[in-house]
Amino acid sequence: MSCCAPVDLSSVPTATGPAAEELALSSRDLGNGLRQTILAVPDMRCGACLSTLENVLRDLPDVEMARANLTTKRVTVNWRAATGEAPDLAGVIASAGYTAHLPGEDLDREDRMMSFLLRALAVAGFCSMNIMGLSVSVWAGADPDTRAAFHLLSALLALPAVLYSGSIYYTSAWKALSHGKVNMDVPVSIGVLLSFCLSLYDTLAGAPHAYFEASTSLLFVLLVGRTLEHLMRRRARSASTALVGLMPSGAMVVAPDGSTDYLPLTMIAAGMRLRVAAGDRIPVDGIVRSGSSSLDRSFITGESRPQPADEGGKVHAGDLNLANPLTIEATATPDTSTVAELARLLEGVENGRDTYRSVADRAAQLYAPVVHSLSACALLFWWFQTGDLHLALTISISVLIITCPCALGLAVPMVQVVAARRLFEQGIVVKEGSALERLARIDTVVFDKTGTLTTGEPKLLNGEAISSQDMALAAAMASHSRHPLAKAIAAFANPSNSTAFPFTEVREHAGSGIEARLGDDRYALGRRGWATPATADGETDDARTVLGHSGKIIAAFVFGERLRAGAARTVRRLRGHGLDVHMLTGDTPVSAKAVAIRAGIDVFAAGVQPQDKVAYVQSLQSAGKTVLMVGDGINDAAALAAADASIAPASGSDIGRSSADVIMMRDSLEAVVQSLSVSKSAARLIRQNFALAVAYNIVSIPIALTGHATPLIAAIAMSASSLTVVLNALRLGMGEDRPSARERTGLAAMEPAE
Amino acid sequence: MSALLLLVPLALAMGAVGLGAFLWSLRSGQFDDPDGAAERIFSDADDKPINR
Repeated sequence: MSCCAPVDLSSVPTATGPAAEELALSSRDLGNGLRQTILAVPDMRCGACLSTLENVLRDLPDVEMARANLTTKRVTVNWRAATGEAPDLAGVIASAGYTAHLPGEDLDREDRMMSFLLRALAVAGFCSMNIMGLSVSVWAGADPDTRAAFHLLSALLALPAVLYSGSIYYTSAWKALSHGKVNMDVPVSIGVLLSFCLSLYDTLAGAPHAYFEASTSLLFVLLVGRTLEHLMRRRARSASTALVGLMPSGAMVVAPDGSTDYLPLTMIAAGMRLRVAAGDRIPVDGIVRSGSSSLDRSFITGESRPQPADEGGKVHAGDLNLANPLTIEATATPDTSTVAELARLLEGVENGRDTYRSVADRAAQLYAPVVHSLSACALLFWWFQTGDLHLALTISISVLIITCPCALGLAVPMVQVVAARRLFEQGIVVKEGSALERLARIDTVVFDKTGTLTTGEPKLLNGEAISSQDMALAAAMASHSRHPLAKAIAAFANPSNSTAFPFTEVREHAGSGIEARLGDDRYALGRRGWATPATADGETDDARTVLGHSGKIIAAFVFGERLRAGAARTVRRLRGHGLDVHMLTGDTPVSAKAVAIRAGIDVFAAGVQPQDKVAYVQSLQSAGKTVLMVGDGINDAAALAAADASIAPASGSDIGRSSADVIMMRDSLEAVVQSLSVSKSAARLIRQNFALAVAYNIVSIPIALTGHATPLIAAIAMSASSLTVVLNALRLGMGEDRPSARERTGLAAMEPAE
Repeated sequence: MSALLLLVPLALAMGAVGLGAFLWSLRSGQFDDPDGAAERIFSDADDKPINR
């Protein structure tokens, strides 16, 4: 449901969110009978959404406080458990036109990290700026007494920055060292701590130079980089909102005596009878015992057409019950259900994948040993040469400081943040910086069909072949239904002549079709076997939906899939860039071929299961390809995780979005091309920044080694190098291939579907 | 030198007040929802962030 649009309450029922029992289970006790529930509402997009949500929630009698957070797309509700039962928070939110979920992963930890980074940054900023002010007057030529006083003051100011702000680097460095590894934080920690100790000693000894400003401004600059990186990840997460709320956490169990009880999922055993209301997901695999309904199975299969479910039919965990209540008998426990199996497949792939080492980490692996041995050599050389340990230490520490990895600590996150920002303007959310690095190396693109190359909505293919009289009649009947096929028929016909039929009665039969009376005539639009039972023998896949009149077929409707906007153009442009394009689908070879031809893809595999998709991706990888997987469904999740990089549309399943590196918020597939081209220019800028950093070190290291690096020179060199890499990163934001005004305003996304 | 005895502590104190104000606003949740804060200026209701 988009914000600020009229709420379409009559749409096909979808899951309205967690039930009251579930909310009660997940709420937090604040004491005094007050409980707190945090709900994720991903559709919240503007100020109007914010106040609507808060107002409807505050109107509930039990609710004490409701506060919506637009940045994290969450609502915090404090409610009083007067009756021992949770108020219907999800229901109220659904009635306002939004969908509420229980938030999956715990964002609290991330938020605490963010606020620690901000505090550390503020402290480091305060300390380094003041020390810099004092240092400038020392460099300007203060008399020895003033200089000593200022150095002492600087030492006091440096203490909180070194102890508090730096702690994040020391713990990370220690963690790496205790595992026998070296990361970027090791040289930073050693440089900061050693220079602080040496400067403290010099200050107490009344020496002319102290390096407090070097160590604190080093911390400040690096913390800026780290905070930016974290900010980007947080923003991406609020857009993807990985949810565990995919599956209900309990089920309504019907006891043999007819009484019902809501039990958590872990207590469900095979043989139990469960009631599944319309709009709920099936909690475990089972067999329908009573009731008949239609199911949305796109969660598992990616197939979007509703499937009928009648007595004796099999249902799978995760299917969404669309029409009528069902009673099912569980045939599996929740952890042997289809969804659990898929989750295990995903887990296996994630564990087996080599963790990608980012450019900065690989650089650190090279850089740290070089710098450390250089500094150690300087120490030994000067010590033996002059016999002056203090001079030797000063020189070796100034080597460490002047080669500080500012460029690495700042330049990589800076480029990634600018790139992510630019993609964000085009409706593309990058979940982490390393995804951009991985995207830049892609040479093969694998698309999923349903929901990715196609929109998943059916499209009427043979509309022209049906007489306009019949078409108008069918459209008039179809407009009474919210079924996807009915919508496709209604959408095809001209809406102006739909009023011409004075139906006396219109009835919708769930899972079958629509029945209408026009005077004495009875028309039926729907499944062939239901609408015209006499003709049902030769039922073919092509014409399963018919318009019938007194047992005869008047018109038969053939549906196909609608290609997503820009699909064919995207494939063409990808191939134009020399990339291989493949397509995978769980669908039949016939429909796969139809879509592949229209999209311009030669290589495709049909009828593949989720584990086959993983195997397909892995076989490409073992043939030396770097694979980008574009897919949406839960059945693609494992393949998304197995690929070198992955993109999911925002309309896809939650688990698909949480497995993907990049999420495209707009409908057009052009996002794939855009993210590839931005990631390529980002990779180029990162390489340039490394080159700049190396060039700067080649100039500065000799100065430090020969003992000419005074604090003033170190400060100038450091700020110069940081500034150049930041400015270089900002070039990405104003390159000549910046999106045109047309693209930025979203007009490009509105072009007709192909 | 005597001027410095007054001015340097004064400058540091002013900086410390700024730092304190930032830390306080961070703690009181004023940075929890920057996007929401930008929108709430249009709403007439009198509200404040959640106090933890």
